[in-house]
Amino acid sequence: MEILALVKRVPATDSKIKVAGDGKSIDPQGIEFVLNPYDEFAVEQALKTKEALGGTVTVLTVGGPESQKELRTCLAMGADKAVLMKHEGPELDAHALATVLAAKIEELHPDLVFCGRQAVDTDDAQVGQRLAALLGWSCLSDAGTFELSDGSWTGTRDIEGGKESVKGSLPAVITCNKGLNEPRYPNLKGIMMAKKKPLEECEVQGAENKETLVALTPPPARPEPAILGEGPEAVAVLMDKLKNEAKVL
Amino acid sequence: MSRFKGVDFYAVDGLLDDEERMVRDSVREFVDEEFMPVVVEHHRAGTFPAELIPKMGELGFLGAGLRGYGCAGLNSVAYGLILQELERGDSGLRSFVSVQGALCMYPIHAYGSEAQKEKYLPAMARGECIGCFGLTEPDYGSNPGGMVTRAVEDGDSYVLNGVKMWITNGSVADLAVVWAKLGDEIRGFLVEKGTPGYSTKDVENKFSLRVSVTSELIFEDCRIPKENLLPGVSGLKGPLSCLTQARYGIAWGGIGAAMAVYEEALSYAGNRIQFSRPIAGYQLVQEKLVWMLNEITKAQLLAWRLGRLKDEGGMDFSQVSLAKRNNVWMALECARKARDILGANGITDEYHAGRHMCNLESVYTYEGTHDIHTLILGHKITGIPAYD
Repeated sequence: MEILALVKRVPATDSKIKVAGDGKSIDPQGIEFVLNPYDEFAVEQALKTKEALGGTVTVLTVGGPESQKELRTCLAMGADKAVLMKHEGPELDAHALATVLAAKIEELHPDLVFCGRQAVDTDDAQVGQRLAALLGWSCLSDAGTFELSDGSWTGTRDIEGGKESVKGSLPAVITCNKGLNEPRYPNLKGIMMAKKKPLEECEVQGAENKETLVALTPPPARPEPAILGEGPEAVAVLMDKLKNEAKVL
Repeated sequence: MSRFKGVDFYAVDGLLDDEERMVRDSVREFVDEEFMPVVVEHHRAGTFPAELIPKMGELGFLGAGLRGYGCAGLNSVAYGLILQELERGDSGLRSFVSVQGALCMYPIHAYGSEAQKEKYLPAMARGECIGCFGLTEPDYGSNPGGMVTRAVEDGDSYVLNGVKMWITNGSVADLAVVWAKLGDEIRGFLVEKGTPGYSTKDVENKFSLRVSVTSELIFEDCRIPKENLLPGVSGLKGPLSCLTQARYGIAWGGIGAAMAVYEEALSYAGNRIQFSRPIAGYQLVQEKLVWMLNEITKAQLLAWRLGRLKDEGGMDFSQVSLAKRNNVWMALECARKARDILGANGITDEYHAGRHMCNLESVYTYEGTHDIHTLILGHKITGIPAYD
């Protein structure tokens, strides 16, 4: 079984994000970049599938040379090889990204593609589904469970307040949700072996954005907390605020 | 849950390679997710989190610096970073891994027969066989050469008699590496748990290293097969070479404990308001925080350089003494200052500084006391030993 996991380098979720001088990108200074947390579920599921059925796991990302670090992390977790599709400059939109990925996937022809349900930087949650549409493959989005048997898959899609049970054929694109599995830590032997595993680089070609990022606006600063009073006198003021300002009573 | 970010004022990260950083981050995440949620309950109960041993084996923490036999084969800096991250959690957790790797697996790897290596090392790397190291005796601590534990040859066996004291992992160990005098010569012996004549008794009611088992090992006509002698070494240099390995790791461990208490004190000082402002805004508190940062930064550079020297083959045991002496001392001072900054809160286990402070009192004393390392260095630079 040929398995592909799509991953992305993103800022750690506890980073303090600052908008850069151009107003359209984030200032990377002092930010720790990590493997997108949802992609960890994708890599774990790819590795579990390989462990159960044999085959190879390839991890692929589109990004700058610094994304090698996240690919090496995946190799240390146990992936067999990595592909870096080099792209610098403005980030590709979901359409352009799905298009270049689809072209590369036609070349790699895996049986299964796993990706995170979304990247935690742009929160677009579109690439997996668009990719399946472009390839004409089945797609389980927001996978909460996933199983393979006899050349087809069954799984559940996490929906608001419940689950949908779905089955489908291979090849397929699976977008992985939290809870699908418990991602492993890279073990130390895996880390030592990672540098000996192949990491292929190629250029992204012919990508064309249909959307343009105009501006990034940080959320408004939180208002300073106010002390409304002390002791019993504060109760009346607090009640008034809860009723008339916060409107929660 | 907040992630531990470490302290890196001098961009020491830039001195590490990708693998070293990845090892560090992997252990850091393990400590955050698996150990920190349980440390306080184990500390209160005085128990070691044995449930983490298989996972530590699987991740490759045990004997990580050794090559072959299922060990990860890391370089010395990566190995040191593991111990740094573990001790950021607790000195007891780091002690477990130090004893397993540096004090038990190392002598088998360096001085054991091929059969001994095959039998024990892979199981020890997986955490299925736990080791302990019996050198110190009730009356022989800083002077291990005076030991009174004896081995006597008798047919196909050696018969051991004596008592070892302050032995980390003692009662939980499946295998004890025991140093005893055979005639006039110190030799290493492998004693398996359950051997008749071998018993253990735990040290109870400790103030320090509560997340670690400390025991007394008792040998009464304990008969072991002759093939359990470590063939490759005789004399005090056997156990001392193990201690050099362990002290190397402790020099890194101290940095971890110091970073933990520094981060806690810095965060507390920023939030705790007295009079008109956070206490971080007062000169006396700033002086303490800066002292810690200053010492942590120096300790990081010492440890990093020591690691590179170790891999290049140019490390002298006296350089290890300097790093152990400095880094554990500064960690203990950091913990005391952090406890001070935390005020009354610092005496409860809601904060980590008090636990680290008590632990570091042990680390200051074991593996060569602070004063003994001073004398090792004094001997080195003057050529005159201050001990007999």
